[in-house]
Amino acid sequence: MFTDDAGKGGMAAGGPGNSADSNRRSGGDLVQLITPGGERVSHPEFDTWVQDISDEQLASLYEDMAVIRRIDAEATALQRQGELALWPPLLGQEASQIGSVRALRDDDFVFPSYRDNGVAYCRGVKPSDIVKAWRGNALAGWDPYTVNVATQQIIIGAQSLHATGYAMGIQNDGADSVAVAYFGDGATSEGDVNEAMVFAASFQAPVVFFCQNNHWAISEPVRLQSHIQIADRASGFGIPSMRVDGNDVLAVMAATRIALDRARRGGGPSFIEAVTYRMGPHTTADDPTRYRDANELEDWAAKDPISRLKALLERKGLLTEELEAAVAAKADAVAKELRAGTINMPGPQPLDIFKHVYSTPNSWLDRQEDHYTRYLASFGDPAGAASEEGAR
Amino acid sequence: MIKEFRLPDLGEGLTESEIVAWKVGVGDTVTLNQIIAEVETAKAVVELPSPFAGVVTALHEQPGTVVEVGKPIVSFEIEGDDGGADGGPESSAKREPNLVGYGAVLEGSGRPARRARTFAAAPAPAAAPAPAVEPAVAPEPAPAPQPAPVSEAAPAPEDTRPAERPRSTPPVRKLAKDLGVDLAAVTGTGERGLITRDDVRNFVGGGDLPVAPQELAGVQPGAPAGAAAPAERETRTPIKGVRKFTATAMVSSAFTAPHVTEFLTLDVTPTMELLARLKASRSFAGYKLTPLTLVSKAVLIALRSHPTLNARWDEANQEIVQFNYVNLGIAAATPRGLTVPNIKDADRMSLLELSTALTELTDTARAGKTAPADLSGGTISITNIGVFGIDAGTPILNPGEAAILAVGAVRKMPWEHQDEVALRQVMTLSLSFDHRLVDGEQGSRFLQDLGAILADPGMALAMV
Repeated sequence: MFTDDAGKGGMAAGGPGNSADSNRRSGGDLVQLITPGGERVSHPEFDTWVQDISDEQLASLYEDMAVIRRIDAEATALQRQGELALWPPLLGQEASQIGSVRALRDDDFVFPSYRDNGVAYCRGVKPSDIVKAWRGNALAGWDPYTVNVATQQIIIGAQSLHATGYAMGIQNDGADSVAVAYFGDGATSEGDVNEAMVFAASFQAPVVFFCQNNHWAISEPVRLQSHIQIADRASGFGIPSMRVDGNDVLAVMAATRIALDRARRGGGPSFIEAVTYRMGPHTTADDPTRYRDANELEDWAAKDPISRLKALLERKGLLTEELEAAVAAKADAVAKELRAGTINMPGPQPLDIFKHVYSTPNSWLDRQEDHYTRYLASFGDPAGAASEEGAR
Repeated sequence: MIKEFRLPDLGEGLTESEIVAWKVGVGDTVTLNQIIAEVETAKAVVELPSPFAGVVTALHEQPGTVVEVGKPIVSFEIEGDDGGADGGPESSAKREPNLVGYGAVLEGSGRPARRARTFAAAPAPAAAPAPAVEPAVAPEPAPAPQPAPVSEAAPAPEDTRPAERPRSTPPVRKLAKDLGVDLAAVTGTGERGLITRDDVRNFVGGGDLPVAPQELAGVQPGAPAGAAAPAERETRTPIKGVRKFTATAMVSSAFTAPHVTEFLTLDVTPTMELLARLKASRSFAGYKLTPLTLVSKAVLIALRSHPTLNARWDEANQEIVQFNYVNLGIAAATPRGLTVPNIKDADRMSLLELSTALTELTDTARAGKTAPADLSGGTISITNIGVFGIDAGTPILNPGEAAILAVGAVRKMPWEHQDEVALRQVMTLSLSFDHRLVDGEQGSRFLQDLGAILADPGMALAMV
């Protein structure tokens, strides 16, 4: 059995929650469908949820994971080259992000955190739009309604409230789509996430709380945050939870499908703890060597989500040269698009600040915009005005 | 073509980084995103990936140097002129390379420049960059101000009362900046002296005769301005001697040792009762016993269990020096100022010896006759602010020591005593310690033990 953090595994296993029916299960044992060595292991319940995954789909999951790792590396380099103000690397969390987002329907709505850039990519956000806010060129990089992904939330856990509210709206509409809140282990200690779970449970809202437990809340280890498994926190709210190997793309996908299905059939909220690891720094402004052991990183490198899937593909004879070449070409192309789009991104204009504040005309804001327009005009030369503003 | 790579802001709001090592040399061919250097910021050691593919032509900074954000650190020879379409470097070179992030290029101190709020101290208009615009100001004083009405006269020559910057609007300031005009030299004709666009234009056209700001500042032209002789309003004393030494010591202590101060207010009635008994006893007849004597003894006893407070942070050698003896410093007010003579090996003294030493030390200090040897080598200090009727303070460490105790006045106060309110003798102890080597726990436990002795002197039996 795969264990992530010694001393914790035994606590949940066999706990009182496990005896309850499957609708009320606690996090319990870590579910794994692909071992770190790439061996497909069977699981009585989860297997049925990924039976339909064909060889082609497996290869395409591999491609997505490789591409978002490449996006991540390129964006990290762009930050080091002064082209981005900041970047929060997702290195190591590819299976959690791809396995979950690929389980969604187009009409499901995602409420991501700042680190869920792989999720945004898979929902169709252009690579250069992903980095727009990180370059400081816009308050948000994309229109949430074109891809059904809300703008990335910087405030830790706040998006869980948005997701719950949206899910209550889905209930009012009588629709069967689902809201998915992405957040990390640290967010589960925040009031927002706890309040969101209270409301989600009270209203049995169709929301999935997808927690990527990457073991570090900046420099705070998860064992300090929670003395029980993160997944077990959900049971305090009466929300069924699952605890899956977050570096196993199939286990993540199966868990997400279970949760989505429950929500669509009126079964209410679910909580998924995807146990993974942030192999990079918290952001490009952080130095993790100051607070964590290099051995820990080594241990997790051995459980790498991409090499694991690669090993599975190899066992199945699917890892052809053509596939590898195609994946490399795709990653190169996306990285090139990201770089060019970043470097050539036009700067924001002074009047852009008035856009996207209200969806309908607003007289107060219109008046301010009018004043500001005339103020800018008083410089006589728009370029000069922009530079004066920029110097502030 | 040659491309420069300027040091970016590598972590939200950094202004500089140190080049730790170059991973490439001049003449090396590098690929895009190849690691070229390792730099250390205030937050992290990070690797810099090359923003270009090309040949390194120059490394502008040596390893070990601290470089300001925005300064070129490496140059590359790039093949051809591949434009922006494929993400080539061309477009980026046209912009400020570090536009992203907070790290604007700073001048001078590396701190954000504050806009000066005074124009009295601003450069004279002669310093304006455009010579053509330079106002023809005669160096001689402007028409001397009328012997100033007293109400307007500056009180002292040093006075540089902050004057508001010239009233104007951002577009006009921009215009003035573009034309190289110092607004301080322009007279505003707008509402309440507002400088308008026309004022600036007229000024450039020579239509206005500027007034040098120095004169505007209203410095007295040497005329006997008022009846009051300035000397009586303030006294200037050269900084020297004990005052200078004290100032240097305090500044050095306050800004090198991170101070933490903790307070403990407690009922010392049992100690005061003990003091009274001791004074009445035959063996102490003729000796001067004060609350300070007993507090000093209690400090020496408590220190045995908490030696970390009797230590020194040796920055130069990167060592913590643990003293296995106690030279107890006592802050003394002397005619020349504050001194902190110390009692050597106070920890080996009996109460009798300690009281003698304390009396001698304070008498000598007050007479201004303390020997230099008695002023150096202290390991921990006490300052008795209680003699001034003061309760508590945040004492500054005697440089080189890890702790200092301020002893407050003993006051009769209503206090909880045996579950009732009684009039008790209460004192506050204020302990400052150097947080580099003393943690809150150690400092607190020491203070707790000290309090335990003073609240019940019999506790000392349990500690020696």
